[in-house]
Amino acid sequence: MRPALSRTEGIDAVSRFQCPVCEYVYDEAEGDPREGFPPGTSWSEVPDDWSCPDCAVREKPDFEALT
Amino acid sequence: MASAAARLEASGELGQVSWRDGKRYLWLLGLVVPMLPLIAWGLVEATGLGLLWWFGPLFIFAVMPVLDTLVGKDAENPPDSAVKWLEQDRYYRWCTYLFLPLQYVSLVFACWQWAYGGLGVIESLGLAFTVGAVAGIAINTAHELGHKRKQVERWLSKVALAQTGYGHFFIEHNRGHHVRVATPEDPASSRLGESFWEFLPRTVIGSLRSAWHLERVRLERSGKGMWTLHNDILNAWAMTLVLFVALVAAFGVGVLPWLIVQAVFGFSLLEVVNYLEHYGLRREKREDGRYERCRPEHSWNSNNISSNVLLYHLQRHSDHHANPVRRYQALRHYDEAPELPSGYATMIALAYLTPLWRRVMDPRVLDHYDGDVTRANIHPRARRRVLARYGAAGPVAH
Repeated sequence: MRPALSRTEGIDAVSRFQCPVCEYVYDEAEGDPREGFPPGTSWSEVPDDWSCPDCAVREKPDFEALT
Repeated sequence: MASAAARLEASGELGQVSWRDGKRYLWLLGLVVPMLPLIAWGLVEATGLGLLWWFGPLFIFAVMPVLDTLVGKDAENPPDSAVKWLEQDRYYRWCTYLFLPLQYVSLVFACWQWAYGGLGVIESLGLAFTVGAVAGIAINTAHELGHKRKQVERWLSKVALAQTGYGHFFIEHNRGHHVRVATPEDPASSRLGESFWEFLPRTVIGSLRSAWHLERVRLERSGKGMWTLHNDILNAWAMTLVLFVALVAAFGVGVLPWLIVQAVFGFSLLEVVNYLEHYGLRREKREDGRYERCRPEHSWNSNNISSNVLLYHLQRHSDHHANPVRRYQALRHYDEAPELPSGYATMIALAYLTPLWRRVMDPRVLDHYDGDVTRANIHPRARRRVLARYGAAGPVAH
């Protein structure tokens, strides 16, 4: 089962964001060093035109916050 | 055919669902492709006809279209409940992994023949095209592997691409083509009114540029420059360099021209397949300036069994674009997706013959857009001609 998803707006505690197409999750604590985001890189520092590194079907604005 | 194949068995039981994969053992036929040079040799030996070194192109342009027509189509989909099981079954992965050793056995065998086989120029050229056919279809195998999450599969993808020197494909395809598919910005999406011969240089050069740009952006974020082995384009090309140097060292510099011929024919085969996949199809731009999401109607599909078996369901292209990480055996047919009149092998031959291609495909693009040609992805250089020809046939009422 997928965890429940919610919108990104207005949630401060959220630190994990999932691609709506595949299982890829961006976790701020881990970052994604291969993509050039070292551990601790906040979601707001990730550029809007960055696409999912696994499927590339969706871009950052489409990602859903994981609660 | 489909019902006979369905009896080929292998059942997946998940809950109360029982479903048999009719294509399960047919996927092994994909391993015939990397053996084409060995099959060609067998045919030459058996018949004494040197022209049979051309068996590779003969197989693609003559045998496959006939098989597509004779064997027919299959629109069967695995039920949703079987998809997970199907993707986890490792048997299917091995069908693709085993392509690679056979691919390279064939390449070494060909070098040995070029160096010591006493072949004439026409025969050597035929063998280069046969090896190039393997190299081109190896890009399809690399494509399947390169979309996966596992590092080992991504590495194997680069190994399969080494023979054509097309290592940058793995970057550009996944992060460039999939993002911009069916838009005017994508070098690998062909446009209405664009012939294959115009498309070929545009996609080869445009894809290379795009791959380089994508890697630059990725590496810059880490504060790295381009001239490092962290650059996936350079480390993939290094594999090609090592491979070619090793083959020249072993078999002499005389094999080098043939290695180049096979590589060029190989990647041009991939590019002709790119030409078929999205011809004329266009995603609309939304009000916020981003393109609408890629939907099934943005790819041409085909359910011809023989081409699908040899190309790991690449022709179920809409589902591939909707779910690029999904493994080939689980890809589905969509009723609403536009369908090519035949399998890829037949359509490739058509793509080379521009007037014939236009006659067959342009009306299909027009039909797809209910006669409104302005909704298609039109080649800018051909815009006036395309509008003059098809613009009048637009819908009467809006």
